[in-house]
Amino acid sequence: MRATMTPQELADRFIRKFGSRVSNIQVKERREGVKKLPQKTVWMTVSREDLNDAVAELISIDYPHLGVIAASDNGDMIDLLYHLQVFFGGKHEEICVVFTVQVPKSDPHVPTISGLIPGAVYSEREKQDMIGVTVDGIPDSRRIFLPDDFPEEIYPWRKDEKGIPPSMVKELWKVDRPTDRPVPPVAEPEPVEKKEPEPAKEAPSGGAAE
Amino acid sequence: MSQKKAPYELPIGPIHPALKEPINFTFQMNGEVIEKVDFAPGRAHRGIEWMGMRRNPVQILHLCDRICGICGVHHALVFAQAVEQIADIEVPDRAYYVRTIIAEFERIQSHILWAGVAAHELGFDTLFYLAWQIREESVDVIEYITGNRVNYGIMMLGGTRRDITADMFPRLEQALQYYEGLLEKMVNLFLNDKTIAMRCKDTGILTKRRALELATVGPTSRASGLAMDVRIDSPYAAYGDLDFDIVLPDVYNSEGNGDVYDRIIVRIFEIKQSIDIIRQCMKQMPEGPVLAEEKYAKLLMNLKKASGEAFARVEAPRGEDMHYVRMNGKQEAPEMWKVKASTYSNQMAWVEILQGEQIADIPIIVASIDPCMSCTDRVAVVGQDGNAGIMTKEHLHRLSVEKTRRLQS
Repeated sequence: MRATMTPQELADRFIRKFGSRVSNIQVKERREGVKKLPQKTVWMTVSREDLNDAVAELISIDYPHLGVIAASDNGDMIDLLYHLQVFFGGKHEEICVVFTVQVPKSDPHVPTISGLIPGAVYSEREKQDMIGVTVDGIPDSRRIFLPDDFPEEIYPWRKDEKGIPPSMVKELWKVDRPTDRPVPPVAEPEPVEKKEPEPAKEAPSGGAAE
Repeated sequence: MSQKKAPYELPIGPIHPALKEPINFTFQMNGEVIEKVDFAPGRAHRGIEWMGMRRNPVQILHLCDRICGICGVHHALVFAQAVEQIADIEVPDRAYYVRTIIAEFERIQSHILWAGVAAHELGFDTLFYLAWQIREESVDVIEYITGNRVNYGIMMLGGTRRDITADMFPRLEQALQYYEGLLEKMVNLFLNDKTIAMRCKDTGILTKRRALELATVGPTSRASGLAMDVRIDSPYAAYGDLDFDIVLPDVYNSEGNGDVYDRIIVRIFEIKQSIDIIRQCMKQMPEGPVLAEEKYAKLLMNLKKASGEAFARVEAPRGEDMHYVRMNGKQEAPEMWKVKASTYSNQMAWVEILQGEQIADIPIIVASIDPCMSCTDRVAVVGQDGNAGIMTKEHLHRLSVEKTRRLQS
């Protein structure tokens, strides 16, 4: 059995080690189910210079599982959220740790964490594609989800002038029937006489809640 | 032979030989053996997240159902959980149980579907048809509960749209007994078969250490001996109230070295686990409503005002599924929505497990992590001198089948 700690202890350990370099620490517990067992999460903001140290500190506690790196356009800044989990494998002992790294849009660079967690490469490649954050030191910087002929400097998750311009959006539901094709050889349906609607049958469960 | 030897490149895809969605593999081959693997996903990128950021949360919920045809309800469930956290919606206890039951039925149908695919890749088409035939029962039950065979549309923010009442239990119990009766047969067909063991044991090995480092999830990581299951680690819905354990390959006297055989073991015994979980749910279900807020307009009003960020995780049939949502209280649509499906995490393991294996093993190894991919055309084999030959899907499949026959003889 591995030694575990409470979310507060984990947060305190980061405060002791990093002092004011970690900020905005929030320990949250969301209770679910009839027994209201807690889902434990610790959120904290770290600077990009300290990101690798913070991940290394987490590894020294317990090797984490990297869920995903999420990203959000936040006006002048881009938030990168590293979702990691430690202490999995025991019943209800897992703690989710979220490192938020804010990078300015004028200088969108972040160091890679793939030296510590090799599985991060694909998520980092996606961030380069989608939100235009350059990951320094990434072992493989090719595009991953966007096609190779996708225009440079356009990032689908950006909400500024670098986001997708309206000219690229195809609103397929607005497309009418092509006019240069013959009318299909389908006869118009015969008008059906209106019948009295039958009384609706009782649903077997009666549980539909719409 | 005067031909220049190795290495030569073998591109496979983007129309995939073995599975159902486009992805492009490039293998560097030395004779029959794979030396290096590279792949490029993204051939079916639909921009779901981009679409979601222009819709309100209830509309996104039904978009979630359509992210995947096999594990759609898990996407809807995890999105609902994330939004419920932000908008502070209390889900009724009964709804937790309804969510759990439908999620477990989905796991049963997904794992049996996978078992069929695996049998097909190995050349056991009778077993493939048998597996898909017995899968029908689970899809029928899902239709009985939700009204749909795929894209169930049962999830709602703050609960579920339909209830599972006591008069529906006999039908559920009938399905559970059906699968219980078949379990021994399935174990016998898949795990006691000499040829399947020869093809799958020591094929596509992923060690425990690498499974952790590459951030794999679900049955893929559990088959490598990594005890990781969101249902137990961070229980959601009703899982915290139920009694069950993580399935690891040692349930069937396996050493747990993370090969294809271990992935079969984990999936088959997870069907058994799902049956237990549904039974426990039916026994423990509390009475009460299944939806926190029945008035749709009122729900939307509350969601419009909601502000904050949250992420939620569930254990989908293929592994951890995770959604991150951020809402700012000024507009209906969320500011950010990030979907992470399980294959997203598991695809990195392909590079590891395909290296050093033979061409004929590609289909079963690629299938063994149960990727969410779709169907099939041809493979081009391009020689070093630029002479292109075409290897069709049938040819690649035949190679796999021939290997099985060779081992059988």
